[in-house]
Amino acid sequence: MTEPALRVEDLRTHFHARQGIVKAVEDVSFSVAPGKILGLVGESGSGKSVTGFSIIGLVDPPGRVVAGRILLGGRNLLGLAPEEMRRIRGNRIAMIFQDPMMTLNPVLRIDTQMIEAVQAHADVGRATARERARNALARVGIASPDERLLAYPHQFSGGMRQRVAIAIALLNKPELIIADEPTTALDVTIQGQILFEMQKLARESGTALIWITHDLSVIAGLADEISVMYAGRIVEQGSVDQVLDAPLHPYTQGLIASVPSRNRRGEPLQQIPGMTPSLLDPAPGCAFRERCARADSTCADDPPMSSPVAGRQVRCFHPLTA
Amino acid sequence: MAAFIIRRLLQSVLVLGFMSLLVFVGVYAIGNPVDILISPQADQADMARAIAALGLDQPLWQQYLIFLKQALSGDLGRSFAYSIPAIQLILERIPATLELALTATGIAVLLGIPLGLWAGLAPDSWPGKLIMTGSILGFSLPTFWVGLMLIMLFAVELGWLPSGGRGPTTELFGIPVSFLSWEGIRHLILPAVNLALFKLALIIRLARAGTREALLQDYVKFARAKGLSEARVVCVHVAKNIMIPIVTVIGLEFGSVIAFAVVTESIFAWPGMGKLLIDSINVLDRPVIVAYLMVIVSLFILINLAVDIIYSLLDPRVRIGEAKT
Ligand SMILES: Nc1ncnc2c1ncn2[C@@H]1O[C@H](COP(=O)(O)OP(=O)(O)O)[C@@H](O)[C@H]1O
Ligand code: SF4
Ligand SMILES: [Mg+2]
Repeated sequence: MTEPALRVEDLRTHFHARQGIVKAVEDVSFSVAPGKILGLVGESGSGKSVTGFSIIGLVDPPGRVVAGRILLGGRNLLGLAPEEMRRIRGNRIAMIFQDPMMTLNPVLRIDTQMIEAVQAHADVGRATARERARNALARVGIASPDERLLAYPHQFSGGMRQRVAIAIALLNKPELIIADEPTTALDVTIQGQILFEMQKLARESGTALIWITHDLSVIAGLADEISVMYAGRIVEQGSVDQVLDAPLHPYTQGLIASVPSRNRRGEPLQQIPGMTPSLLDPAPGCAFRERCARADSTCADDPPMSSPVAGRQVRCFHPLTA
Repeated sequence: MAAFIIRRLLQSVLVLGFMSLLVFVGVYAIGNPVDILISPQADQADMARAIAALGLDQPLWQQYLIFLKQALSGDLGRSFAYSIPAIQLILERIPATLELALTATGIAVLLGIPLGLWAGLAPDSWPGKLIMTGSILGFSLPTFWVGLMLIMLFAVELGWLPSGGRGPTTELFGIPVSFLSWEGIRHLILPAVNLALFKLALIIRLARAGTREALLQDYVKFARAKGLSEARVVCVHVAKNIMIPIVTVIGLEFGSVIAFAVVTESIFAWPGMGKLLIDSINVLDRPVIVAYLMVIVSLFILINLAVDIIYSLLDPRVRIGEAKT
């Protein structure tokens, strides 16, 4: 097996709010190999974005990574000096955000925003930086990139802005790209194009990709591996085919049943009953037990991660093994 | 763009006409300048002659029509008190007021933006809190009181700076200015600081609020995710966004700086338009009062126009040609 591009071990990120401690990310471990795509799935509020920001070192105060290791190419990023971390951000790890209308600075031209991203990491002149910016725009399918470099963000559609953000992420040929629901705000056709292109880019360049989404149907055709998050923890992990065909965790099963699918046309969609639990000072025990049909008294304890099937992991006392 | 400017200028002419009518009627309602200008010992015949010379024997509406006709040919009338064209009196005083207002605005901007940025970046630190407390004081202390305190402290107690007047001036392209000689600068400091205080407080608040809002935006987080240095994030991404409201307010407030200069000029005996206005009101010198207001309103209009143009340069989303106003 190749050395993973990124390995996250026992990551905990907490927000020390006035009301108490919000355990947004709790004991999260996963890894992603070069050229592979990891889908990080879960309902909104389950801690996906905070996981992403923890990796890139941009958790908003009062949040803080309180434990764990984040290994990029074998080196732990936690505990790096701010300047060392800055040199990694946008260079070895890039991130794309959810809302393309908000990620580009409205008062700066596209060339300014791209050239500065090159020059933050490479000691090159403006002409060289501009050339790289131009090529990156062309690579993500933006027509007449030289002209578009001179435009302002408001002159682009949402889909085009997201392409620009992707181009910026690609500028310095990162080892890892974290894409935080980058297609959620876009309409379906554009979503499909961007998914396809990102997949191609990751494969061709050997970039590892973490694709965060609340939408399982997005992951199905895109990712290699999948990690399902619930209430700050990863509850199930495995290859996409295995997890989607035969989920082990009751929550994953619920998620799958709530996605419209061609095979089950005509059948009613099933919502998971109940609500996401609060992450503020959570009670011990399985966080899903209020909503789980299989829950019993053992579930009042924290279920450990187990591996009932080779190559897969699940955090449940009563997994759905056949 | 051209259509926009022409439309603006046409609106301005209407505003000017309306203002002049208002002032005409207003000064008429306050009192009769003849009572002040002509010695009570003068006899009937002298009095009548004087009144006729000033054009005050006509009914008010006729006086106004005459004024309008002359104004259209660029003549705003002669001062009752000085018997020279009112506009000349004012133009002579404009450089002093403009220099004072520009210096005050410069102080407010050069101090206000960095202080506001700092307070916005570290709102809970003690410098951040100190800056905010200072700006609250700047807002709430009355200008004239602060002016008197400045004179007491720096002129009377410490004797560092002169208490009033403009001091010597140097000619720059034929315009008398203070800032080219040390003695002139010494005279300029106290009134400029006094006039700047309120705007400084305002700009600090705007910059702080803008900074705090910008820091929450995705584009700032994205800029950080690109690996930009903190200096670049703050000085380019944040600063450029907060400049939009600040430039607007500086521009719009520049008119009110000139208007507020009336108070400061009176306290520091600064020979500007504001002091001229106060003196003219005291003797009901109507042509000067009207001309002053016309000049001030024209300045406001020009400033607003300049603000709109600068604004569109700063904010690419605004296109002046499409503006509705
Ligand atoms: N700035 C913050 N302050 C306090 N709590 C936060 C903050 N950001 C996120 N959280 C908490 O972290 C949890 C996970 O958030 P997030 O990672 O954004 O979820 P998602 O899976 O939808 O991306 C949220 O439920 C929220 O309570
Ligand atoms: S541990 Fe218990 S409550 Fe939690 S998912 Fe498994 S069965 Fe349900
Ligand atoms: Mg999110």
